[in-house]
Amino acid sequence: MANTAFETPVYNYDIVRRFTIATVFWGLAGFLVGIILALQLAWPEFNIEPWFNFGRLRPLHTSAVIFAFGGNALFATSYYVVQRTCGVRLWSDGLAKFTFWGYQFFIFMAGTGYLLGINQTKEYAEPEWYADLWLTIVWVAYLIVYLMTVIKRREPHLYVANWFYLAFIITVAVLHIGNGLALPVEFTGIKSYSAFSGVQSAMIQWWYGHNAVGFFLTAGFLGMMYYFVPKQANRPIFSYRLSIIHFWSLIFIYIWAGPHHLHYTALPVWAQTLGMTFSIMLWMPSWGGMINGVMTLSGAWDKLRTDPILRFMIVALAFYGMSTFEGPLMSIRSVNSLSHYTDWTIGHVHSGALGWVGFITFGALYYLVPRLWGRERLYSIKLVNTHLWVATIGIVLYIAAMWVSGIMQGLMWRSYDEMGFLQYSFVETVMAMKPYYIIRVMGGVLYFAGAVTMTYNFWRTIRGDVRNENTDFKVRSAA
Amino acid sequence: MVDENKKEIDQVTGVETTGHSWDGLKELNNPLPRWWLWIFYITIIWSIGYWVVYPAWPTLSGNTEGKLKYSQYEALKTSQAEMVQRQAAYIDQFERATLDEILDDEELYAFANAGGRAAFKDNCATCHGTGAAGSKGYPNLNDDDWLWGGTVYDIHQTLQYGIRANNDDTRVSIMLGFGEDGLLTKEEIQEVVKYVRDISGQEFEGSTEKGSVIFKQNCTACHGDNGKGKHEFGAPNLTDAIWLYGGDVESLYETIYYGRAGMMPAWDGRLDDNMIKQLAIYVHQLGGGEESGENEETDFDALGEKASGQQAE
Repeated sequence: MANTAFETPVYNYDIVRRFTIATVFWGLAGFLVGIILALQLAWPEFNIEPWFNFGRLRPLHTSAVIFAFGGNALFATSYYVVQRTCGVRLWSDGLAKFTFWGYQFFIFMAGTGYLLGINQTKEYAEPEWYADLWLTIVWVAYLIVYLMTVIKRREPHLYVANWFYLAFIITVAVLHIGNGLALPVEFTGIKSYSAFSGVQSAMIQWWYGHNAVGFFLTAGFLGMMYYFVPKQANRPIFSYRLSIIHFWSLIFIYIWAGPHHLHYTALPVWAQTLGMTFSIMLWMPSWGGMINGVMTLSGAWDKLRTDPILRFMIVALAFYGMSTFEGPLMSIRSVNSLSHYTDWTIGHVHSGALGWVGFITFGALYYLVPRLWGRERLYSIKLVNTHLWVATIGIVLYIAAMWVSGIMQGLMWRSYDEMGFLQYSFVETVMAMKPYYIIRVMGGVLYFAGAVTMTYNFWRTIRGDVRNENTDFKVRSAA
Repeated sequence: MVDENKKEIDQVTGVETTGHSWDGLKELNNPLPRWWLWIFYITIIWSIGYWVVYPAWPTLSGNTEGKLKYSQYEALKTSQAEMVQRQAAYIDQFERATLDEILDDEELYAFANAGGRAAFKDNCATCHGTGAAGSKGYPNLNDDDWLWGGTVYDIHQTLQYGIRANNDDTRVSIMLGFGEDGLLTKEEIQEVVKYVRDISGQEFEGSTEKGSVIFKQNCTACHGDNGKGKHEFGAPNLTDAIWLYGGDVESLYETIYYGRAGMMPAWDGRLDDNMIKQLAIYVHQLGGGEESGENEETDFDALGEKASGQQAE
């Protein structure tokens, strides 16, 4: 395409539409599997052997929500943002389309594999070697499309959202390849052996696992935040300087924090200490993103009263701030001795996943859908508000239940009587947690119900319907 | 870098922008929030302090050890020692005492129950249930119906060596498979079932005449003339309402036809001697412990109350 400054660029929205639909589809699937798992934990009768037992559904849930829902959301928004902020069409429509089908095929391969019991037993990196290799090809294609689009941009500078998206794409490639190094037993078989063993394997795994949180679920979604929050608020970003400092400090410090997953294990104490202290130092760099997002509303706070989409984004930032404070707290060795292996960790992950990743994605999708399909506005703004409240109550039920259950569990495990005997057996802790497991099911159902509302809203919007609603909500018409 | 000409003042906040614009997005040039910067510095300083105190950085020959010389192995030893310390007030005396002496001593008895309760939940509850109520094939330990005897010594022996367990001193007996081994015909077994239903006070059809004769010839050696069982063979009392495998017609037929041989593992060598003693006392006080001959004066009710008082604490 000719790089003429005055030509109005024609963006590739088709690819963004595809990834948007995939995001909604996999979101519903992932949330639903989450509810089934929550039911299984409360009532083991829900385990249907062998394909739908907890052990096989668990990676299906985590992969579906992180890599399928979250991944497709990142593809969709990054392809949209990179085009809009660089002022050019994607470098290659064909290669972009390949990343779409290639990524869906990876998800299909991984997911069906889990149900059949194929799993290399690395948390959040469960797919076996052949799926890993395929993902590597797709991911490199993604990097090429993204990078080439950035290179041929019309704007002299690169917008901050693109820094975060690039950091996400590059680091995830490095992490995926590093942790996935394995030798297949045979090239016609599914089984492979990891290149690492023992404590080295654990260390590599959590270097990967923690940075999957850091670069996939944090950096990637901060990229999303940096475009959609100022757009929806129609305000400039609060501080350019803060965005530079917190970007570089975040990516430099995050990569060291993995060992806090291995406190009190065979990992040498010095490595644990580094993981812990870098997690503490990570607190402010993480909060930089929250400050920049929330403060972008300065001078426009009144919009929160009338715009439920903006509300989604701000609640997302609140949950982001909360879980990035909780994370460093839990990395402290003595706190970790109580929290580790308990439901507190599960609650922490979900306040980040449901609150931050989920809500910022919902906000971005509500922004995108009318624009991508050329509609004047969403079918219903009221339904957006319904989604917001139903899902928020769901999250609060979920994380509060896990806090109580997790801390109770940790205290019960370590409780000795005055004569020096353990107070509780393991099964007693399980029995004590059951009420909270049931509350979690309810939280999950509410969150899922919210996502169903959104799906319905999108379906009507795409059909071109506009709900005749008497509302105070004023939403700017699509660009 | 920045195009000075494009800088503008944001009308709402009065802050200057950087002059950049992408798809309509601009940036304010606000400074870093001071509190943000200061907390960031503090976390860095705190971390450096932590590195001085704790093992932190790898070196060519190992790693920095830190001023505290912290080691998680030492930390584990210390916290274990604390629990050993709590037990120390009782453990020596407990180790020397006989089971009867423990039953007679308030403190040792409370100590035994505390330890027994913890050990029971970790080791015994899997089969006998957390409340020790048992289930089919696993005896209820709360009642006074004992297969191999219910004195604290009997219980201790069962715990130590097990029943039909892989141990030289284990207690062994077998309920024969009278049908399977061809000792009785199906019709004969049905007659015996009627008789057993009769002596246990349950309904039956027809007469027990034949059954009572077959019972006398085949069963009394272990279960006794009156069917009340014998501890020395682990043979259950057939005249009460307590059944290990069920007292209905079908279960009784199955028991007599195929025989039964439940297994209780031997805990000698798997749990330490003190823990086995604690378990014996604990199980004994659950509700159905029999008094041993030498110790008839022990006031079990009073001791039981004491024990439950301890539990409440």
